[in-house]
Amino acid sequence: MRHIISLLMENEAGALSRVAGLFSARGYNIESLTVAPTEDATLSRMTIVTSGSDDVIEQINKQLNKLIEVVAVMDLSEGEHLECELMLVKVQAVGEMREELVRMAEIFHGRIIDVSDKTYIIELTGAGSRLDSFLQAIDRSLILETVRTGASGIGQGDRILKL
Amino acid sequence: MELTGAEIAIRCLQEEGVEYVFGYPGGAVLFIYDALFNQGKVKHILVRHEQAAVHAADGYARSTDKVGVALVTSGPGVTNAVTGIATAYLDSIPMVIISGQVPTFAIGEDAFQEVDAVGITRPCVKHNFLVKDASEIAGTIKKAFYLARSGRPGPVLVDIPKDVSNQKAPFNYPSSVSVRSYHPSQHGEVGQIKHAVQLLLEAKRPMIYAGGGVILSDASRQLTELVRLLGFPVTNTLMGLGGYPATDKQSLGMLGMHGTLEANLAMQNCDVLLAVGARFDDRVIGNVKHFNQEKRKIIHIDIDPSSISKRVKVDVPIVGDVAYVLGDLLAVLHSSKQKPEPQALAAWWAQIEEWRGKRCMGYRNSDEIIKPQFVLEKLYEVTRGDAFVTSDVGQHQMWTAQYYKFDKPRRWINSGGLGTMGFGLPAAMGVQIANPGATVACVTGEGSIQMNIQELSTCKQFRLPLKIVLLNNRYLGMVRQWQEFFHGNRYSESYMEALPDFMKLAEAYGHVGMRIDKPADVEPALREAFARKDDLVFMDFRTDQTENVFPMVPGGKGLSEVILAEEL
Ligand SMILES: Cc1ncc(C[n+]2csc(CCOP(=O)(O)OP(=O)(O)O)c2C)c(N)n1
Repeated sequence: MRHIISLLMENEAGALSRVAGLFSARGYNIESLTVAPTEDATLSRMTIVTSGSDDVIEQINKQLNKLIEVVAVMDLSEGEHLECELMLVKVQAVGEMREELVRMAEIFHGRIIDVSDKTYIIELTGAGSRLDSFLQAIDRSLILETVRTGASGIGQGDRILKL
Repeated sequence: MELTGAEIAIRCLQEEGVEYVFGYPGGAVLFIYDALFNQGKVKHILVRHEQAAVHAADGYARSTDKVGVALVTSGPGVTNAVTGIATAYLDSIPMVIISGQVPTFAIGEDAFQEVDAVGITRPCVKHNFLVKDASEIAGTIKKAFYLARSGRPGPVLVDIPKDVSNQKAPFNYPSSVSVRSYHPSQHGEVGQIKHAVQLLLEAKRPMIYAGGGVILSDASRQLTELVRLLGFPVTNTLMGLGGYPATDKQSLGMLGMHGTLEANLAMQNCDVLLAVGARFDDRVIGNVKHFNQEKRKIIHIDIDPSSISKRVKVDVPIVGDVAYVLGDLLAVLHSSKQKPEPQALAAWWAQIEEWRGKRCMGYRNSDEIIKPQFVLEKLYEVTRGDAFVTSDVGQHQMWTAQYYKFDKPRRWINSGGLGTMGFGLPAAMGVQIANPGATVACVTGEGSIQMNIQELSTCKQFRLPLKIVLLNNRYLGMVRQWQEFFHGNRYSESYMEALPDFMKLAEAYGHVGMRIDKPADVEPALREAFARKDDLVFMDFRTDQTENVFPMVPGGKGLSEVILAEEL
């Protein structure tokens, strides 16, 4: 099953490689991984999307907790949570497609953040599946490049991951 | 007062009460060696290869409850040390390794003798650090010792660039240390402990399975009390030998791939299993599916939550330090009026005695050719079962585990997890240094001993009167055994040609060498060797080339799918 795991870790050189190394050494999947410092500059927050049987997910949680630099771990999938991903898509925008792409972006609540005479860059945020739908909705041959951040997740209500 | 980073590092070791450092110098650690030179508290043992430095620190730690310390230079110093570090990691041995690194300004430039020590060792340390400023050395070393010895112990590496070791900073050794993300638990959860006691008291076919965690947490007193109080059978893993006295009648001996029939069958057929500081690894329970075919309730005490339900699902997990948890468990038991059911227990013991009656460890002795098992029985007699015994890896290791009955913890020193050939001799050096005056034997094979034979020179320099028991079968015996059983007798590269004359080799290093060819000479030779208290004696026993280790549960098979000696 797909799981989204959130963790706080020391904002130190090498901490990221310990997490990445753990996943590769033990053969766990990483679908996506995002990380950035938090409002507390000594901490980084990471969101990992992974998949595996319940046993594997249990081990992943335990192994993450075992890393000295990992301060707190929460399996967001165990409760109510939100996830969001950012995608930038550069599309070919010429002739009648210029209008059509603006309309499609609007439908998906995207924004056109850069315009050249032949291209647009469209910014979309939301659940990964919504971003997928957008890519399916437009003509594949128009897509010049895409870049996605991978999911960031946060628990809802009083599910809080903080020190 | 300002000190150099190197002086700070040595001062830290003094503050930690470190008596011995095992090491080998080189460019990146010259300042540290200079600081060592200028003091008298921390003694340095100069080995002949960095792998040996780490194994020696490891043997030192295993035979005491202290943290072993090794010091190596950058680049090849670190890479040579990696096997030792991984060996310690897989057996959870507390150790601090200080490595030199190229100067900070040269890091990343493929400088002379540069390797990414932190990167290379990451998967085989509990934690590691690269120190970037001399002012951070004291805090880092304090943390390193704390991490190495607390919780589930393990090796911690501190990498110090050369310029940092020559940079000045004020020295204050922190009196306490805390790591906000690290809080190993000591006591187990009370509810779970009560639940465990209930299960144990209701058990009809109980079994206690005790591993290296009992040794590491110095819990053999508590384990012994518990086993005796309950009257249950107990088995020790390869790493746990000595955690419960092997000569006691409640001991079923070692379990696992080369464990006794009675231990393995009791493991397979019990209805309540108490696992203490053990991790259900593949060499212990064999095939997990086969193990799970029998239904049993499992209670698992371990300090590392990730060891629990990793290979086998357990019913009552108890996360905590084995010594504390067993103490609490005993307290609950003492206050309970209920006793284990005597009839069920008697029936279970009768079944176990039937298995034990098969005498799975019997072997056919010979008047003409030395049987390795015979040497070990005699070794046990001559040392009155009271020696520290290290081993290398192979058949000789398994025979030692089977035939030397360890009654005390920390006496049996071997590389269980990584199975590192070359461990025995340097580990024995560390043991002897930690226990001057004690009898220390190293049981080895002609393959293994040659992996770190150069340490005979270290033994000479530091006058370490080890007794080396070489079971010389001219084969990489364990490999040959697998080839005989599973590869149609095709002995691919497992025969050792052109072996040195070990007796002369020992003499060349300034030690006493012996060669023993006849069974009748085994005991006299051992007696003579162990009587030479001040000498290292290297005994080259020419043993039966075809002997195999039995019983054997082949890899991937279940605990009851065992091959016994007479079946072949
Ligand atoms: C460093 C290392 N390389 C290879 C092995 C694989 N291996 C396991 S046992 C063994 C044979 C050991 O031979 P020897 O030391 O002569 O002992 P014996 O089995 O004959 O008692 C080998 C090669 C190992 N465990 N460690």
